[in-house]
Amino acid sequence: MKLTAALETPRLRPEWLRLKLPSLAALLILWQLASVLIADAVLFPSPLATLTAGYAHLVAGDLLFSLAVTLARVAVAFFFAMVIGSAIGIALGRSPAMDTFFGGWLSIALNMPALVTIVLCYVWFGLSETAAIVAVTINKAPTVAAIMREGAKALDQQLLETTQVFAVPRMRVLRRVILPQLAPSFIASARAGLALTWKIVLVVELLGRPNGVGFQIRTFFNYFDIAGILAYSLAFIIIVLAIESLIVQPIERRVGRWRHA
Amino acid sequence: MIGFRLQDIGRRFPAPPSEGREPRTVLDGITLDVEPGAFVAVVGPSGVGKTTLLRIIAGLDHGFEGSITWSENRRPKLGMVFQEPRLVPWLSVIDNLLLVAEPSARAEAMALLDMVELGGSENALPRQLSGGMQRRAALARALLSRPDLLLLDEPLISLDSARAERLRSRLTNFWQAHAPTILMVTHDFSEAVELSNRVIALAPESGRIATDRRIALPYPRLMTDPPVVAILDALRDLARDWPEPPPPAGDNSAQHHGTDTGARLRLLTI
Repeated sequence: MKLTAALETPRLRPEWLRLKLPSLAALLILWQLASVLIADAVLFPSPLATLTAGYAHLVAGDLLFSLAVTLARVAVAFFFAMVIGSAIGIALGRSPAMDTFFGGWLSIALNMPALVTIVLCYVWFGLSETAAIVAVTINKAPTVAAIMREGAKALDQQLLETTQVFAVPRMRVLRRVILPQLAPSFIASARAGLALTWKIVLVVELLGRPNGVGFQIRTFFNYFDIAGILAYSLAFIIIVLAIESLIVQPIERRVGRWRHA
Repeated sequence: MIGFRLQDIGRRFPAPPSEGREPRTVLDGITLDVEPGAFVAVVGPSGVGKTTLLRIIAGLDHGFEGSITWSENRRPKLGMVFQEPRLVPWLSVIDNLLLVAEPSARAEAMALLDMVELGGSENALPRQLSGGMQRRAALARALLSRPDLLLLDEPLISLDSARAERLRSRLTNFWQAHAPTILMVTHDFSEAVELSNRVIALAPESGRIATDRRIALPYPRLMTDPPVVAILDALRDLARDWPEPPPPAGDNSAQHHGTDTGARLRLLTI
Protein backbone atom coordinates (compact mmCIF):
# COMPACT_ATOMS: atom_id res chain seq x y z
CA MET A 1 0.00 0.00 0.00
CA LYS A 2 2.78 2.41 0.93
CA LEU A 3 4.61 1.70 -2.30
CA THR A 4 1.45 2.34 -4.32
CA ALA A 5 0.86 5.62 -2.52
CA ALA A 6 4.44 6.68 -3.13
CA LEU A 7 4.22 5.91 -6.83
CA GLU A 8 1.13 8.10 -7.09
CA THR A 9 2.95 11.23 -5.90
CA PRO A 10 3.96 13.41 -8.86
CA ARG A 11 7.69 13.32 -8.13
CA LEU A 12 8.05 9.58 -8.41
CA ARG A 13 5.74 8.85 -11.30
CA PRO A 14 7.49 6.67 -13.90
CA GLU A 15 7.05 9.27 -16.68
CA TRP A 16 8.90 11.75 -14.49
CA LEU A 17 11.85 9.42 -14.19
CA ARG A 18 11.72 8.30 -17.80
CA LEU A 19 10.97 11.55 -19.59
CA LYS A 20 10.80 14.75 -17.61
CA LEU A 21 14.11 14.54 -15.75
CA PRO A 22 16.01 13.50 -18.89
CA SER A 23 14.24 16.31 -20.76
CA LEU A 24 15.44 18.85 -18.19
CA ALA A 25 18.94 17.39 -18.30
CA ALA A 26 18.95 17.58 -22.13
CA LEU A 27 17.99 21.27 -21.98
CA LEU A 28 20.86 22.01 -19.60
CA ILE A 29 23.30 20.05 -21.78
CA LEU A 30 22.15 21.95 -24.89
CA TRP A 31 22.56 25.24 -23.04
CA GLN A 32 26.05 24.21 -21.91
CA LEU A 33 27.00 23.08 -25.44
CA ALA A 34 25.75 26.35 -26.94
CA SER A 35 27.78 28.36 -24.45
CA VAL A 36 30.88 26.30 -25.27
CA LEU A 37 30.33 26.76 -29.01
CA ILE A 38 29.63 30.49 -28.76
CA ALA A 39 32.57 30.78 -26.38
CA ASP A 40 31.65 34.23 -25.13
CA ALA A 41 30.94 34.18 -21.39
CA VAL A 42 29.43 37.67 -21.46
CA LEU A 43 27.15 37.22 -24.48
CA PHE A 44 26.01 33.69 -23.69
CA PRO A 45 26.81 32.59 -20.14
CA SER A 46 26.84 28.89 -19.30
CA PRO A 47 24.31 27.35 -16.87
CA LEU A 48 26.95 27.31 -14.18
CA ALA A 49 27.82 30.99 -14.73
CA THR A 50 24.13 31.85 -14.60
CA LEU A 51 23.67 29.91 -11.36
CA THR A 52 26.73 31.61 -9.90
CA ALA A 53 25.34 35.02 -10.82
CA GLY A 54 21.96 34.07 -9.37
CA TYR A 55 23.60 32.93 -6.14
CA ALA A 56 25.50 36.23 -5.89
CA HIS A 57 22.28 38.23 -6.29
CA LEU A 58 20.56 35.96 -3.78
CA VAL A 59 23.27 36.55 -1.20
CA ALA A 60 23.28 40.28 -1.93
CA GLY A 61 19.51 40.33 -1.25
CA ASP A 62 18.38 42.14 -4.38
CA LEU A 63 17.05 39.00 -6.05
CA LEU A 64 14.60 38.13 -3.27
CA PHE A 65 13.54 41.77 -2.85
CA SER A 66 12.89 42.18 -6.58
CA LEU A 67 11.03 38.89 -6.76
CA ALA A 68 8.87 39.88 -3.79
CA VAL A 69 8.03 43.28 -5.29
CA THR A 70 7.17 41.79 -8.67
CA LEU A 71 5.14 38.95 -7.15
CA ALA A 72 3.17 41.45 -5.10
CA ARG A 73 2.31 43.37 -8.29
CA VAL A 74 1.43 40.12 -10.04
CA ALA A 75 -0.83 39.09 -7.14
CA VAL A 76 -2.72 42.39 -6.98
CA ALA A 77 -3.14 42.72 -10.76
CA PHE A 78 -4.04 39.04 -11.06
CA PHE A 79 -6.72 39.42 -8.38
CA PHE A 80 -8.33 42.43 -10.06
CA ALA A 81 -8.07 40.90 -13.52
CA MET A 82 -9.72 37.67 -12.36
CA VAL A 83 -12.53 39.43 -10.48
CA ILE A 84 -13.30 41.99 -13.18
CA GLY A 85 -12.73 39.59 -16.09
CA SER A 86 -14.89 36.88 -14.49
CA ALA A 87 -17.75 39.29 -13.80
CA ILE A 88 -17.69 40.60 -17.38
CA GLY A 89 -17.31 37.12 -18.88
CA ILE A 90 -20.18 35.62 -16.85
CA ALA A 91 -22.43 38.58 -17.70
CA LEU A 92 -21.69 38.22 -21.43
CA GLY A 93 -22.08 34.44 -21.30
CA ARG A 94 -25.46 34.61 -19.60
CA SER A 95 -26.97 37.48 -21.61
CA PRO A 96 -27.05 37.11 -25.39
CA ALA A 97 -28.03 40.77 -25.72
CA MET A 98 -25.03 41.94 -23.70
CA ASP A 99 -22.81 39.55 -25.61
CA THR A 100 -24.00 40.98 -28.91
CA PHE A 101 -23.57 44.57 -27.72
CA PHE A 102 -20.26 44.23 -25.88
CA GLY A 103 -18.73 41.31 -27.80
CA GLY A 104 -17.04 43.69 -30.24
CA TRP A 105 -15.58 45.72 -27.39
CA LEU A 106 -14.12 42.57 -25.93
CA SER A 107 -12.54 41.68 -29.27
CA ILE A 108 -10.93 45.12 -29.43
CA ALA A 109 -9.64 44.77 -25.86
CA LEU A 110 -8.25 41.30 -26.64
CA ASN A 111 -6.33 42.64 -29.63
CA MET A 112 -5.04 45.82 -27.99
CA PRO A 113 -1.22 45.57 -27.79
CA ALA A 114 -0.07 45.39 -24.16
CA LEU A 115 2.55 48.04 -24.80
CA VAL A 116 -0.09 50.57 -25.92
CA THR A 117 -2.14 50.06 -22.75
CA ILE A 118 0.94 50.36 -20.56
CA VAL A 119 2.16 53.53 -22.22
CA LEU A 120 -1.33 55.09 -22.12
CA CYS A 121 -1.75 54.23 -18.42
CA TYR A 122 1.62 55.80 -17.59
CA VAL A 123 0.66 58.89 -19.60
CA TRP A 124 -2.78 59.20 -18.01
CA PHE A 125 -2.00 58.18 -14.42
CA GLY A 126 1.71 59.05 -14.20
CA LEU A 127 4.56 56.67 -13.43
CA SER A 128 2.75 55.32 -10.38
CA GLU A 129 1.92 52.00 -8.79
CA THR A 130 -1.74 52.54 -9.64
CA ALA A 131 -0.91 53.01 -13.32
CA ALA A 132 1.14 49.81 -13.28
CA ILE A 133 -1.63 47.74 -11.69
CA VAL A 134 -4.33 49.25 -13.93
CA ALA A 135 -2.24 48.58 -17.03
CA VAL A 136 -1.70 44.92 -16.14
CA THR A 137 -5.35 44.46 -15.16
CA ILE A 138 -6.60 46.00 -18.42
CA ASN A 139 -4.29 43.73 -20.38
CA LYS A 140 -5.26 40.56 -18.56
CA ALA A 141 -8.99 41.01 -17.81
CA PRO A 142 -10.18 40.57 -21.45
CA THR A 143 -8.51 37.15 -21.67
CA VAL A 144 -10.22 36.08 -18.44
CA ALA A 145 -13.53 37.50 -19.69
CA ALA A 146 -13.27 35.61 -22.99
CA ILE A 147 -12.59 32.28 -21.29
CA MET A 148 -15.25 32.80 -18.61
CA ARG A 149 -17.79 33.84 -21.26
CA GLU A 150 -17.45 30.47 -22.96
CA GLY A 151 -17.75 28.72 -19.60
CA ALA A 152 -20.89 30.67 -18.73
CA LYS A 153 -22.42 29.90 -22.13
CA ALA A 154 -21.90 26.20 -21.50
CA LEU A 155 -23.75 26.13 -18.16
CA ASP A 156 -26.15 23.20 -17.97
CA GLN A 157 -29.59 24.69 -18.68
CA GLN A 158 -31.42 21.66 -17.35
CA LEU A 159 -29.76 22.00 -13.96
CA LEU A 160 -30.56 25.71 -13.87
CA GLU A 161 -34.19 24.96 -14.76
CA THR A 162 -34.31 22.39 -11.99
CA THR A 163 -33.08 24.86 -9.37
CA GLN A 164 -35.58 27.40 -10.72
CA VAL A 165 -38.50 25.00 -10.33
CA PHE A 166 -37.47 24.08 -6.79
CA ALA A 167 -36.85 27.77 -5.98
CA VAL A 168 -33.39 26.97 -4.64
CA PRO A 169 -31.90 30.09 -2.98
CA ARG A 170 -29.64 32.04 -5.34
CA MET A 171 -26.53 31.81 -3.22
CA ARG A 172 -26.92 28.03 -2.98
CA VAL A 173 -27.39 27.78 -6.74
CA LEU A 174 -24.27 29.87 -7.25
CA ARG A 175 -22.18 27.87 -4.78
CA ARG A 176 -23.36 24.34 -5.56
CA VAL A 177 -24.45 24.45 -9.21
CA ILE A 178 -22.96 27.41 -11.09
CA LEU A 179 -19.48 27.85 -9.62
CA PRO A 180 -18.55 24.15 -9.91
CA GLN A 181 -19.43 24.37 -13.61
CA LEU A 182 -17.38 27.52 -14.02
CA ALA A 183 -14.41 26.15 -12.08
CA PRO A 184 -12.66 24.61 -15.13
CA SER A 185 -12.96 27.91 -17.03
CA PHE A 186 -11.82 29.80 -13.95
CA ILE A 187 -8.77 27.59 -13.58
CA ALA A 188 -7.99 27.76 -17.30
CA SER A 189 -8.16 31.56 -17.20
CA ALA A 190 -6.12 31.65 -13.98
CA ARG A 191 -3.45 29.46 -15.52
CA ALA A 192 -3.32 31.50 -18.73
CA GLY A 193 -3.56 34.60 -16.58
CA LEU A 194 -0.58 33.86 -14.38
CA ALA A 195 1.72 33.31 -17.32
CA LEU A 196 0.48 36.44 -19.09
CA THR A 197 0.33 38.64 -16.00
CA TRP A 198 3.89 38.19 -14.91
CA LYS A 199 5.17 38.83 -18.41
CA ILE A 200 3.18 42.08 -18.61
CA VAL A 201 4.28 43.07 -15.09
CA LEU A 202 7.91 42.78 -16.20
CA VAL A 203 7.26 45.10 -19.14
CA VAL A 204 5.41 47.54 -16.88
CA GLU A 205 8.34 47.51 -14.44
CA LEU A 206 10.85 47.86 -17.23
CA LEU A 207 9.09 50.93 -18.58
CA GLY A 208 8.19 52.81 -15.47
CA ARG A 209 8.90 51.36 -12.03
CA PRO A 210 11.93 51.88 -9.78
CA ASN A 211 12.05 48.28 -8.54
CA GLY A 212 11.04 44.71 -9.34
CA VAL A 213 12.39 42.06 -11.68
CA GLY A 214 11.56 44.12 -14.80
CA PHE A 215 13.43 47.10 -13.43
CA GLN A 216 16.46 44.89 -12.61
CA ILE A 217 16.45 43.39 -16.09
CA ARG A 218 16.55 46.90 -17.57
CA THR A 219 19.49 47.68 -15.31
CA PHE A 220 21.28 44.49 -16.39
CA PHE A 221 20.54 45.41 -20.00
CA ASN A 222 22.16 48.80 -19.49
CA TYR A 223 25.28 47.09 -18.11
CA PHE A 224 25.14 44.26 -20.66
CA ASP A 225 24.87 41.75 -17.78
CA ILE A 226 23.36 38.76 -19.60
CA ALA A 227 24.08 36.38 -16.71
CA GLY A 228 22.05 38.64 -14.42
CA ILE A 229 19.15 38.72 -16.90
CA LEU A 230 19.16 34.93 -17.22
CA ALA A 231 19.54 34.41 -13.46
CA TYR A 232 16.56 36.65 -12.67
CA SER A 233 14.48 35.06 -15.44
CA LEU A 234 15.34 31.59 -14.20
CA ALA A 235 14.43 32.46 -10.61
CA PHE A 236 11.09 33.89 -11.71
CA ILE A 237 10.29 30.93 -13.97
CA ILE A 238 10.98 28.57 -11.07
CA ILE A 239 8.61 30.50 -8.82
CA VAL A 240 5.83 30.65 -11.42
CA LEU A 241 6.18 26.92 -12.09
CA ALA A 242 6.07 26.27 -8.34
CA ILE A 243 2.84 28.28 -8.06
CA GLU A 244 1.44 26.33 -11.01
CA SER A 245 2.30 22.89 -9.62
CA LEU A 246 1.75 23.57 -5.92
CA ILE A 247 -1.39 25.72 -6.08
CA VAL A 248 -3.11 25.70 -9.48
CA GLN A 249 -2.78 22.01 -10.37
CA PRO A 250 -3.93 20.69 -6.95
CA ILE A 251 -6.99 22.96 -7.14
CA GLU A 252 -7.65 21.72 -10.68
CA ARG A 253 -7.41 18.11 -9.53
CA ARG A 254 -9.70 18.83 -6.61
CA VAL A 255 -12.50 20.42 -8.64
CA GLY A 256 -12.32 17.68 -11.27
CA ARG A 257 -12.26 14.83 -8.76
CA TRP A 258 -15.95 13.93 -9.20
CA ARG A 259 -15.34 13.11 -12.88
CA HIS A 260 -13.05 10.26 -11.95
CA ALA A 261 -15.10 8.84 -9.08
CA MET B 1 -52.81 22.77 -0.41
CA ILE B 2 -53.15 24.74 -3.58
CA GLY B 3 -55.28 24.41 -6.67
CA PHE B 4 -55.14 26.18 -9.97
CA ARG B 5 -57.10 27.03 -13.07
CA LEU B 6 -55.77 26.76 -16.57
CA GLN B 7 -57.66 29.08 -18.89
CA ASP B 8 -57.44 28.56 -22.66
CA ILE B 9 -53.87 27.38 -22.56
CA GLY B 10 -52.35 27.07 -26.02
CA ARG B 11 -48.83 26.45 -27.22
CA ARG B 12 -47.53 26.63 -30.75
CA PHE B 13 -44.01 25.86 -31.82
CA PRO B 14 -42.40 27.09 -35.04
CA ALA B 15 -42.44 24.30 -37.59
CA PRO B 16 -39.15 22.97 -38.94
CA PRO B 17 -38.33 24.48 -42.37
CA SER B 18 -39.02 21.13 -44.04
CA GLU B 19 -42.63 21.18 -42.80
CA GLY B 20 -43.65 24.56 -44.13
CA ARG B 21 -44.30 27.80 -42.33
CA GLU B 22 -47.35 26.95 -40.24
CA PRO B 23 -46.54 26.71 -36.55
CA ARG B 24 -47.20 23.36 -34.96
CA THR B 25 -50.01 23.46 -32.41
CA VAL B 26 -49.26 21.28 -29.41
CA LEU B 27 -51.83 22.52 -26.92
CA ASP B 28 -55.01 24.34 -27.81
CA GLY B 29 -57.68 25.82 -25.56
CA ILE B 30 -56.85 23.74 -22.51
CA THR B 31 -59.14 24.85 -19.71
CA LEU B 32 -58.94 22.94 -16.49
CA ASP B 33 -59.73 23.47 -12.81
CA VAL B 34 -57.56 21.43 -10.48
CA GLU B 35 -58.75 21.36 -6.87
CA PRO B 36 -56.32 21.65 -3.99
CA GLY B 37 -54.99 18.22 -3.04
CA ALA B 38 -56.10 16.52 -6.26
CA PHE B 39 -54.03 13.78 -7.87
CA VAL B 40 -54.44 14.28 -11.60
CA ALA B 41 -52.96 11.95 -14.18
CA VAL B 42 -52.37 13.29 -17.69
CA VAL B 43 -52.26 10.67 -20.43
CA GLY B 44 -51.97 10.84 -24.17
CA PRO B 45 -49.79 9.67 -27.04
CA SER B 46 -46.25 10.93 -27.50
CA GLY B 47 -45.91 14.49 -28.73
CA VAL B 48 -49.40 15.51 -27.65
CA GLY B 49 -48.07 18.14 -25.25
CA LYS B 50 -48.14 16.45 -21.85
CA THR B 51 -44.63 17.51 -20.92
CA THR B 52 -45.20 20.95 -22.43
CA LEU B 53 -48.21 21.36 -20.16
CA LEU B 54 -46.09 20.48 -17.12
CA ARG B 55 -43.37 22.94 -18.21
CA ILE B 56 -45.95 25.71 -18.62
CA ILE B 57 -47.34 25.07 -15.14
CA ALA B 58 -43.78 24.89 -13.74
CA GLY B 59 -43.02 28.33 -15.17
CA LEU B 60 -40.37 27.01 -17.56
CA ASP B 61 -42.24 27.80 -20.77
CA HIS B 62 -43.29 31.38 -21.26
CA GLY B 63 -44.37 31.17 -24.89
CA PHE B 64 -47.88 29.96 -24.19
CA GLU B 65 -51.27 31.57 -24.68
CA GLY B 66 -53.91 31.73 -21.96
CA SER B 67 -53.49 32.11 -18.25
CA ILE B 68 -52.86 30.23 -15.02
CA THR B 69 -54.60 31.31 -11.83
CA TRP B 70 -53.52 29.91 -8.47
CA SER B 71 -56.15 29.31 -5.80
CA GLU B 72 -54.27 31.30 -3.16
CA ASN B 73 -53.13 34.09 -5.48
CA ARG B 74 -49.52 33.05 -5.08
CA ARG B 75 -47.19 30.77 -6.94
CA PRO B 76 -47.12 27.42 -5.19
CA LYS B 77 -44.02 25.76 -3.86
CA LEU B 78 -43.15 23.33 -6.63
CA GLY B 79 -41.52 19.94 -6.73
CA MET B 80 -40.87 18.21 -10.01
CA VAL B 81 -39.61 14.97 -11.47
CA PHE B 82 -38.46 15.68 -15.02
CA GLN B 83 -38.23 13.17 -17.83
CA GLU B 84 -34.49 13.10 -17.12
CA PRO B 85 -33.23 12.66 -13.55
CA ARG B 86 -31.40 16.01 -13.68
CA LEU B 87 -29.17 15.29 -10.70
CA VAL B 88 -26.15 17.53 -10.17
CA PRO B 89 -23.26 15.27 -11.25
CA TRP B 90 -20.69 16.52 -8.74
CA LEU B 91 -22.99 16.29 -5.72
CA SER B 92 -23.61 13.06 -3.86
CA VAL B 93 -27.14 11.68 -3.82
CA ILE B 94 -27.83 13.10 -0.35
CA ASP B 95 -26.42 16.50 -1.35
CA ASN B 96 -28.61 16.47 -4.45
CA LEU B 97 -31.62 16.03 -2.19
CA LEU B 98 -30.46 18.68 0.26
CA LEU B 99 -29.99 21.13 -2.61
CA VAL B 100 -33.76 21.69 -2.53
CA ALA B 101 -34.12 21.68 1.27
CA GLU B 102 -32.41 23.01 4.36
CA PRO B 103 -29.44 21.08 5.76
CA SER B 104 -31.60 20.27 8.80
CA ALA B 105 -33.74 18.07 6.56
CA ARG B 106 -30.98 15.45 6.37
CA ALA B 107 -32.84 12.86 8.46
CA GLU B 108 -35.95 13.31 6.34
CA ALA B 109 -33.85 13.02 3.18
CA MET B 110 -32.38 9.75 4.44
CA ALA B 111 -35.88 8.46 5.18
CA LEU B 112 -37.01 9.37 1.67
CA LEU B 113 -33.99 7.61 0.20
CA ASP B 114 -35.04 4.54 2.15
CA MET B 115 -38.55 5.00 0.80
CA VAL B 116 -37.33 4.94 -2.79
CA GLU B 117 -35.03 2.04 -1.92
CA LEU B 118 -31.79 3.96 -2.18
CA GLY B 119 -30.73 3.54 1.44
CA GLY B 120 -26.95 3.08 1.51
CA SER B 121 -26.44 5.01 -1.73
CA GLU B 122 -26.57 8.45 -0.15
CA ASN B 123 -22.87 9.13 -0.65
CA ALA B 124 -22.72 7.83 -4.22
CA LEU B 125 -22.35 10.24 -7.12
CA PRO B 126 -25.12 10.14 -9.75
CA ARG B 127 -22.83 8.60 -12.37
CA GLN B 128 -22.28 5.67 -10.02
CA LEU B 129 -26.02 4.90 -10.10
CA SER B 130 -28.08 3.17 -12.78
CA GLY B 131 -30.68 5.15 -14.72
CA GLY B 132 -33.49 3.72 -12.61
CA MET B 133 -31.68 4.58 -9.37
CA GLN B 134 -31.15 8.15 -10.60
CA ARG B 135 -34.87 8.46 -11.33
CA ARG B 136 -35.68 7.26 -7.83
CA ALA B 137 -33.26 9.80 -6.38
CA ALA B 138 -35.00 12.50 -8.44
CA LEU B 139 -38.35 11.34 -7.02
CA ALA B 140 -36.99 11.51 -3.46
CA ARG B 141 -35.66 15.02 -4.17
CA ALA B 142 -39.09 16.15 -5.38
CA LEU B 143 -40.79 14.71 -2.30
CA LEU B 144 -38.23 16.25 0.08
CA SER B 145 -39.01 19.72 -1.18
CA ARG B 146 -42.47 19.36 0.46
CA PRO B 147 -44.21 20.98 -2.48
CA ASP B 148 -47.70 22.41 -2.64
CA LEU B 149 -47.77 21.18 -6.23
CA LEU B 150 -45.88 18.12 -7.36
CA LEU B 151 -45.29 17.75 -11.10
CA LEU B 152 -44.29 14.25 -12.14
CA ASP B 153 -43.22 13.43 -15.68
CA GLU B 154 -43.30 9.64 -15.94
CA PRO B 155 -41.71 9.24 -12.52
CA LEU B 156 -41.76 5.45 -12.44
CA ILE B 157 -40.81 4.66 -16.00
CA SER B 158 -37.98 2.17 -16.53
CA LEU B 159 -38.30 0.70 -13.04
CA ASP B 160 -38.68 -3.01 -12.63
CA SER B 161 -42.25 -4.15 -11.98
CA ALA B 162 -41.93 -5.18 -8.35
CA ARG B 163 -40.15 -1.99 -7.35
CA ALA B 164 -42.55 0.18 -9.38
CA GLU B 165 -45.45 -1.48 -7.56
CA ARG B 166 -43.93 -0.72 -4.15
CA LEU B 167 -43.17 2.87 -5.13
CA ARG B 168 -46.70 3.41 -6.42
CA SER B 169 -48.03 2.32 -3.07
CA ARG B 170 -45.59 4.60 -1.19
CA LEU B 171 -46.36 7.51 -3.47
CA THR B 172 -50.05 7.08 -2.68
CA ASN B 173 -49.23 7.02 1.04
CA PHE B 174 -47.12 10.16 0.69
CA TRP B 175 -49.91 11.95 -1.13
CA GLN B 176 -52.49 10.91 1.46
CA ALA B 177 -50.20 11.93 4.33
CA HIS B 178 -49.00 15.29 2.99
CA ALA B 179 -51.79 16.17 0.57
CA PRO B 180 -49.86 17.98 -2.14
CA THR B 181 -51.67 18.62 -5.39
CA ILE B 182 -50.14 16.24 -7.92
CA LEU B 183 -50.09 16.40 -11.70
CA MET B 184 -48.55 13.25 -13.15
CA VAL B 185 -47.80 12.58 -16.80
CA THR B 186 -47.82 8.91 -17.68
CA HIS B 187 -48.19 6.61 -20.65
CA ASP B 188 -49.40 3.83 -18.39
CA PHE B 189 -53.22 3.82 -18.05
CA SER B 190 -53.19 1.35 -15.19
CA GLU B 191 -50.71 3.53 -13.29
CA ALA B 192 -52.95 6.54 -13.90
CA VAL B 193 -56.04 4.71 -12.66
CA GLU B 194 -54.30 3.13 -9.69
CA LEU B 195 -52.85 6.39 -8.38
CA SER B 196 -54.95 9.35 -9.42
CA ASN B 197 -58.43 10.61 -8.64
CA ARG B 198 -58.78 12.23 -12.04
CA VAL B 199 -57.49 11.28 -15.47
CA ILE B 200 -57.11 13.85 -18.23
CA ALA B 201 -56.46 12.46 -21.70
CA LEU B 202 -55.06 14.84 -24.30
CA ALA B 203 -56.22 14.28 -27.85
CA PRO B 204 -53.63 13.83 -30.57
CA GLU B 205 -53.34 16.54 -33.24
CA SER B 206 -56.05 18.84 -31.86
CA GLY B 207 -54.08 19.52 -28.69
CA ARG B 208 -57.32 19.57 -26.69
CA ILE B 209 -58.65 17.59 -23.78
CA ALA B 210 -60.26 14.39 -25.06
CA THR B 211 -61.45 13.06 -21.74
CA ASP B 212 -61.64 14.39 -18.21
CA ARG B 213 -62.54 11.47 -16.00
CA ARG B 214 -62.85 11.61 -12.22
CA ILE B 215 -62.13 8.44 -10.27
CA ALA B 216 -63.89 8.30 -6.92
CA LEU B 217 -62.67 4.87 -5.90
CA PRO B 218 -61.05 4.03 -2.58
CA TYR B 219 -57.37 3.18 -2.21
CA PRO B 220 -55.68 0.79 -2.61
CA ARG B 221 -57.19 -0.07 -5.98
CA LEU B 222 -57.10 -3.52 -7.42
CA MET B 223 -56.89 -3.65 -11.17
CA THR B 224 -59.28 -6.60 -11.15
CA ASP B 225 -62.09 -4.65 -9.51
CA PRO B 226 -64.93 -4.12 -11.99
CA PRO B 227 -65.12 -0.32 -11.59
CA VAL B 228 -61.38 -0.06 -12.23
CA VAL B 229 -61.63 -2.36 -15.22
CA ALA B 230 -64.50 -0.25 -16.60
CA ILE B 231 -62.42 2.92 -16.43
CA LEU B 232 -59.47 1.17 -18.04
CA ASP B 233 -61.74 -0.12 -20.80
CA ALA B 234 -63.03 3.40 -21.46
CA LEU B 235 -59.49 4.71 -21.71
CA ARG B 236 -58.50 1.84 -23.95
CA ASP B 237 -61.40 2.63 -26.29
CA LEU B 238 -60.26 6.22 -26.40
CA ALA B 239 -56.71 5.22 -27.24
CA ARG B 240 -57.83 3.09 -30.17
CA ASP B 241 -57.75 6.13 -32.46
CA TRP B 242 -54.38 7.33 -31.30
CA PRO B 243 -51.64 7.32 -33.94
CA GLU B 244 -49.41 5.54 -31.52
CA PRO B 245 -51.07 3.23 -29.01
CA PRO B 246 -49.90 3.56 -25.44
CA PRO B 247 -47.34 0.97 -24.37
CA PRO B 248 -48.80 -2.10 -22.76
CA ALA B 249 -48.81 -2.16 -18.98
CA GLY B 250 -45.77 -4.41 -19.47
CA ASP B 251 -42.88 -4.54 -17.04
CA ASN B 252 -43.98 -1.94 -14.62
CA SER B 253 -47.62 -2.82 -14.28
CA ALA B 254 -48.66 -6.11 -15.81
CA GLN B 255 -47.49 -8.15 -12.88
CA HIS B 256 -48.66 -6.01 -10.04
CA HIS B 257 -52.36 -5.84 -10.66
CA GLY B 258 -53.56 -8.65 -8.47
CA THR B 259 -53.05 -12.30 -9.11
CA ASP B 260 -55.71 -12.86 -11.69
CA THR B 261 -54.01 -14.03 -14.86
CA GLY B 262 -57.01 -12.98 -16.93
CA ALA B 263 -56.77 -9.47 -15.60
CA ARG B 264 -53.05 -9.35 -16.44
CA LEU B 265 -53.65 -10.42 -20.01
CA ARG B 266 -56.46 -7.92 -20.28
CA LEU B 267 -54.15 -5.10 -19.20
CA LEU B 268 -51.45 -6.14 -21.59
CA THR B 269 -53.82 -5.50 -24.46
CA ILE B 270 -54.46 -1.85 -23.54
